[in-house]
Amino acid sequence: MSLADSPSAGSFRLSKLLTDKHYRGYTIQFLFLILLGGAVGWLANNAVQNLDRLGIAPDFGFLWNRAGYDISMKLIHYTNDSTHGRAALVGLINTLFVSVLGCVSATILGVLVGVLRLSRNWVISRLMTVYIEVVRNVPLLLWLLVIFAVLTESTPAPNEFRGANPTAQMWFWHNVAVTNRYVALPSPEFWRSLGNVDLGIFLVSLDLMALIAVIVLAVLGDRAWRRRAHRVQEATGRRPATWPVTLLLFVGAPVALLAALGFHLSAPVMKGFNFTGGILAPNPFFALWFGLTVYTATYIAEIVRAGILAVSKGQTEAALALGLRPGQTMRLVVLPQALRVIVPPLISQFLNLTKNSTLAAAISYPDLGATLGGITLNQTGRALECILLMMLAYLAISLVISVAMNLFNRSVRLKER
Amino acid sequence: MTQAYFRTDMLPPRVPPRGQRGALKWLRENLFASVTNSAITVIGLAIVVWLVVQAFPWFAHSVWNAKSLAECRDIVHQTWGPDASGACWAVIHERWNQYLYGFYPMDAYWRPNLAFLLMLAALAPLLFTHLPRQLLWYSAAYPALGYWLVWGGTAWAMVAILGGFVAGWLAFTLVKRISAGLAVAVAVLAAMGWWLFLAAPVTGALAAVAPLTLDFVPSDRLGGFLLSIIVGICGIVFSLPLGILLSLGRRSDMPLIRTFSVFFIEIIRGVPLITLLFTASFLLSYFLPPGTTFDLVLRVIIMVTIFSGAYMAETIRGGLAAIPRGQYEAADALGLTYWQAQRLIIMPQALKISIPGIVSSFIALFKDTTLVIFVALLDPLKGITDAVRGSAEWNGVYWEPYIFSGAIFFIFCFGMSRYSMYLERKLKTDHR
Repeated sequence: MSLADSPSAGSFRLSKLLTDKHYRGYTIQFLFLILLGGAVGWLANNAVQNLDRLGIAPDFGFLWNRAGYDISMKLIHYTNDSTHGRAALVGLINTLFVSVLGCVSATILGVLVGVLRLSRNWVISRLMTVYIEVVRNVPLLLWLLVIFAVLTESTPAPNEFRGANPTAQMWFWHNVAVTNRYVALPSPEFWRSLGNVDLGIFLVSLDLMALIAVIVLAVLGDRAWRRRAHRVQEATGRRPATWPVTLLLFVGAPVALLAALGFHLSAPVMKGFNFTGGILAPNPFFALWFGLTVYTATYIAEIVRAGILAVSKGQTEAALALGLRPGQTMRLVVLPQALRVIVPPLISQFLNLTKNSTLAAAISYPDLGATLGGITLNQTGRALECILLMMLAYLAISLVISVAMNLFNRSVRLKER
Repeated sequence: MTQAYFRTDMLPPRVPPRGQRGALKWLRENLFASVTNSAITVIGLAIVVWLVVQAFPWFAHSVWNAKSLAECRDIVHQTWGPDASGACWAVIHERWNQYLYGFYPMDAYWRPNLAFLLMLAALAPLLFTHLPRQLLWYSAAYPALGYWLVWGGTAWAMVAILGGFVAGWLAFTLVKRISAGLAVAVAVLAAMGWWLFLAAPVTGALAAVAPLTLDFVPSDRLGGFLLSIIVGICGIVFSLPLGILLSLGRRSDMPLIRTFSVFFIEIIRGVPLITLLFTASFLLSYFLPPGTTFDLVLRVIIMVTIFSGAYMAETIRGGLAAIPRGQYEAADALGLTYWQAQRLIIMPQALKISIPGIVSSFIALFKDTTLVIFVALLDPLKGITDAVRGSAEWNGVYWEPYIFSGAIFFIFCFGMSRYSMYLERKLKTDHR
């Protein structure tokens, strides 16, 4: 930090280890290393002694033992005969699933609220202010508990949907049933399914892969078409319309694929006292998803608002003076500059959301903390290994998210020349 | 006389048309500027009206005096008809002490109350700079005093712990003239020597002369907002210095210290607080000498401090990065040492810039104190509410406890954010 960093001229004397700024750095670091090494050694020594005394050597073998407990929500095949390792994997996938859904929905809601808060409409901007201030100044745990209580206390039990004249009604033409234990949703099915591929750990649906491939191709095709339109515009001065092709690629192609595969929805049906068929998504999942969305959206809204306000008014005026339409002004001038301000804090909100999903334990959603750090830990007593694995998993997730978002951030960063 | 042709006095401005003034103009510009705007207004108002219509009867039919939920519902039905529903605030009225103090012994409520008041007095010289500086000595001694009041035990143990700091300080001032580095080492040795060899006999001797003892209250009796405030305030007070040190470490020239700081900050920020709390509750005893245990609340406070310190470090690093290089150079040119420059020139500016971030970290920390429920401590949201709901009288009560504790959290957090805005305005020194 200082300018006097360069080592002073002249020969080295022992006293310089204390008096010369340059050499003193080495002394301090040496002392720090000794202290750090001593502390780590002391902790490690204690741990070895304690584990010895308790007779539990660190061992990850328990991951291959039978788990023996059921998990209420599993996206991959799992029974109570599966291993602890697989239970942890189920938990990790649940964590990732709710985090990804939460990030997407929180971004959508956050952008909407942030823009509406800037609206000139007094009623709506005040409403949004109240929403933001109330939600972000109260712990997330409360929102999770409240939403969970709403879902379990004010909805009918599954057996109320029974009989010819049920007391509770299904929604959306007998497709969706909200009960006090789960939400029954129709599941996507294919008449002419392509089947699954067994990856060893879990099955991958080829239908889903085909759909993703078609969408990726659509994105690539759309981009190529836009480039062509751009070339035509450069050459002739007239830009051919691109939207019909975009529409065809993004709507036509997936619909054609789904039709070819024979896509249909299979609604849940009442059988006995419960629904069968369809997807029975447990209420804790919805409570966690909504809670994380509503809570994180308030932070994202403030980030978006700050980002939009950070773009100076002159930019908008200049764009309008150049003859750009308001939509174009937003898309080509304001948004790219606002994104530069928005993206870095947005990354940390995504990370926060992922870490906050550990609050799942309070409403018994089976995330990583509830399977590996909860039941497995209590059953096996392997606290050291379980917590270490859990921390590593979250560190890895954090690292991947921040690397991915930093790459994106670099692409929108100000190009200084 | 051509005078009459000209007007000699100014015409007063005409009143604007009715649609362009007063409330009507405001309404038109702010609520009904366009069709979309009007639609949004109507939707917004509809939502507000719907919420009020839904919630108002429930609040209006509040019951404040009852012994159980069933009695509450009876009163509501008798007064407002069989279909009416009403809030049963009686649960708060009956159990407010558990929400505030957990299962702290009732006859000792004066202790946390007194500790809280003394804490406000200890915080005053830190928050308001025009108070006499001598009061800071009291603030420094407060943690021991507060611990003694809340947990009890003998007061002399606290005196002995403080004595270590005094011994260290004395040694430091004596040796300071010879060499600052040496003085720090001697001070640490003196304090350690005091704590290891002299503290116990001195405590025993003093306790024999004048036993200043309060009944010991174990940590599992603490709960509710008492616990939240203890964990929150300790975390806030200790995480700020930790964050400052870590942020300086991260910007240090010394590669070893910089690497350590970066790893520490990034690892702590990469894992959720719950894993750290699990560490506190399951693992920390593994890393201590066999046979030693210490209080779960203290372990939680340590972990919360470390967690919050890492976030604080990043906030302060942002402030440090915003300080122009000229400030460092000016400090060097004045011949200030590293710590003098940090204390007198860099930190005051860096902290001022990072006030909003620091306060948001404080708010986040205070909200995160509810996570202690995951290590079986009684937080005011779920721990106490579950305990209250577990009793036969209040089984089935949902909204009232949530609204009550949520409102208290809101008041604290909203107050903190407003205070930070005030502080930002007060400290603003640029003239724009």
